[in-house]
Amino acid sequence: MRTNDVILQTTTKVVFFIIFLFAIHIFFAGHYTPGGGFVGGLLTTGALVLLLLAFDLKTVQKALPFNFVIVIGIGLLLALGTAAGSIFFNVPFFTHAFDDFTLPLFGETALHTAMLFDAGVYLVVVGSAMTIIQSIGGDA
Amino acid sequence: MINLLLFPIIIPFLFAIVLLFFKERIMLQRGLAVVGLLAALAASLFLVHTVKQDGVQTITLGSWPAPFGITMVSDMFSALLVTTTIVITLLVVIYSFTSIGEAREHYFYYSAILFMITGVNGAFTTGDIFNMFVFFEVLLIASYVLIVLGGEKRQLRESIKYILINVVSSALFVITVAYLYSVVGTLNMADISVKITQVGQPGIITVIAVLMLIVFGIKGSIFPLYFWLPGSYAAPPIPVLALFGALLTKVGVYAIMRTYTLFFVHHTDFTHGLLMILAILTIIAGCIGALAYFDLKQIVIYNIVIAVGVILFGAAQMNESGLSGAVFYLIHDMLIKGALFFLIGIIIYVTGTSDLRKMGGLMKTHASLGWFYLIAAFGLAGIPPLSGFIGKLLIVEGAFQADHIWGSIIILASSLVVLLSVIRIFIYAFWGEPQALPATASQPYKKMMVPTVLLIVLSVLYGIGTEWLVPYMTDASNVLLQPSIYIDAVLKE
Amino acid sequence: MELLMAILIGILFTAAVYLILSRSLLKVILGTGLLSHGAHLLILTMGGLGGSSPPVLDKGASNFADPLPQALILTAIVISFGVTAFMLVLAYRTYGEHKTDNMNLMRGNDEHD
Repeated sequence: MRTNDVILQTTTKVVFFIIFLFAIHIFFAGHYTPGGGFVGGLLTTGALVLLLLAFDLKTVQKALPFNFVIVIGIGLLLALGTAAGSIFFNVPFFTHAFDDFTLPLFGETALHTAMLFDAGVYLVVVGSAMTIIQSIGGDA
Repeated sequence: MINLLLFPIIIPFLFAIVLLFFKERIMLQRGLAVVGLLAALAASLFLVHTVKQDGVQTITLGSWPAPFGITMVSDMFSALLVTTTIVITLLVVIYSFTSIGEAREHYFYYSAILFMITGVNGAFTTGDIFNMFVFFEVLLIASYVLIVLGGEKRQLRESIKYILINVVSSALFVITVAYLYSVVGTLNMADISVKITQVGQPGIITVIAVLMLIVFGIKGSIFPLYFWLPGSYAAPPIPVLALFGALLTKVGVYAIMRTYTLFFVHHTDFTHGLLMILAILTIIAGCIGALAYFDLKQIVIYNIVIAVGVILFGAAQMNESGLSGAVFYLIHDMLIKGALFFLIGIIIYVTGTSDLRKMGGLMKTHASLGWFYLIAAFGLAGIPPLSGFIGKLLIVEGAFQADHIWGSIIILASSLVVLLSVIRIFIYAFWGEPQALPATASQPYKKMMVPTVLLIVLSVLYGIGTEWLVPYMTDASNVLLQPSIYIDAVLKE
Repeated sequence: MELLMAILIGILFTAAVYLILSRSLLKVILGTGLLSHGAHLLILTMGGLGGSSPPVLDKGASNFADPLPQALILTAIVISFGVTAFMLVLAYRTYGEHKTDNMNLMRGNDEHD
């Protein structure tokens, strides 16, 4: 049974990007204030689930042709790599490095390797949540 | 190389991640899994050597000072367990090549095994009680995947029970940690030990001790809490069962031994008395189970329960002989349980059934299998000079020193029951009238024998080379006996 | 406040036990969710309530909450999120295989799958 969901689909096309941008904002805000990779990842998944609700699995897969297991793998590698980088400097595992840099466009910016780790967390959360949703929703 | 003690954790983790990318390429997966485990084995052997030379190794993640950051501690006890874990996993992986089937290999089987080893080694190594919870969850989630992989009807049903039990016990773990944190205000295990000594273990700490016993007792399957084990462990295929039987319950046992020798050492007459009674009841319950079944898997699974009881009985003595006996027996049991599960896996493969009453006369067709089975069975029962002997001897000696005569008599009697239960398998399967065997290729049989024989030889060497191993075992039991070694290593900086 | 939290945690545990003991698989999973919520609240309470500002270093923040229980809870929430998701998938698969979500009908033993 196919209902008329023009309103949902049209709104979703706009709202998806708003949620996605907010997720990115939350992700970077996690640097010094509440937020971070996990919440950002969940928000992104929320946006993706909205897409899945408005359209169907096949359409979304065509638009986002990722294998989400691979996304988990990349995220884990990024997180482990960031943590393991400290091994090469012979400091304890997970020791992070940070400094302030003056970047064009952004001005004075604090860069921290913890952000790379958080990016890994973000990818793992998005990947695992989407894998689960796809495997349940796949044969509905 | 200050990060050395993390290598046996990080290397399997790295390879587990890499395997996620190669879902369809089985040969590559097998190769990478073996390479990763060999690298981890090299690292862990080097770690044992370093711990022997330089004493307890510690590192606090993220360069935080010791009681605040997450500390990882590798003493001789945990280093030996980590090494044994990797050896067994390596052999399980090799055994799986021929026995697990390609369907499972496509669904991240090796990845899940490596993730589980990450959790197991992490739980053995961590020096932070909450971090131990995290590593427990890592190994549990990987074990959920392993137990359900394949998706047979029975597996699905049993894994729901298995997961439910473990979710409840994890919630209890969190609750216990919360209570502990409210009393001592720290999570670093060395620091907890110091703080408990300062407040002199009031009643609430003893309550927490019992709660910890329940939490780890569910994972380690001690007496009133082992009920989930026989059903759940019988569901997955043999290589997974070998991995679970050899490693997972031992993590619970390790956690009990660690907390009961490091934290709760001030009112041992209650806490360790309780542990000893439960250990004896565990042995009795396991003995009944081991004799009651005609199913190969069930008999060996109940032998896991017996072994858990024996190890904890040794640990409950809190004297030198008892504890070093427990360490000896713990490692012996990991090796020999792995070997036994491999063997019954081969028997089931050859006969096509796991029911003892339907087999017989295998000695005529598979003589070498019979002889190796006999060695493993004698080793399990502890017949000198095989590996189970020295551990049991020390445990009983410790119990006599602590005046627990009745307990030691039960331990000795249980050895007879263990011998009877495994010899029963031998009599039914290898003696008697030969039954018609289903047609099986001999190639897989030979390939499965290779890791099995390796593991049996290893366990025999473990028994014969006792003299050579004693210095390592003494180091391991000394850390358990004198918490100050552990505490000084963590908090000295 | 601590007393109120203790009662709330008790109610959560009670409901969780009731749900876990029920026959429907879905209710059991909801029960485990409540159980872990109760455990998380317990960590929060056990770490000591109080502290008016979040434990994020900021200028002029003096009376901030204990950050450790919050970190523990975050970790525990992530883990229970993962396990619950896994259980939901598993329950769905089990429902597909066994054609029932009634735990009583899912019984079986070695002779009978």
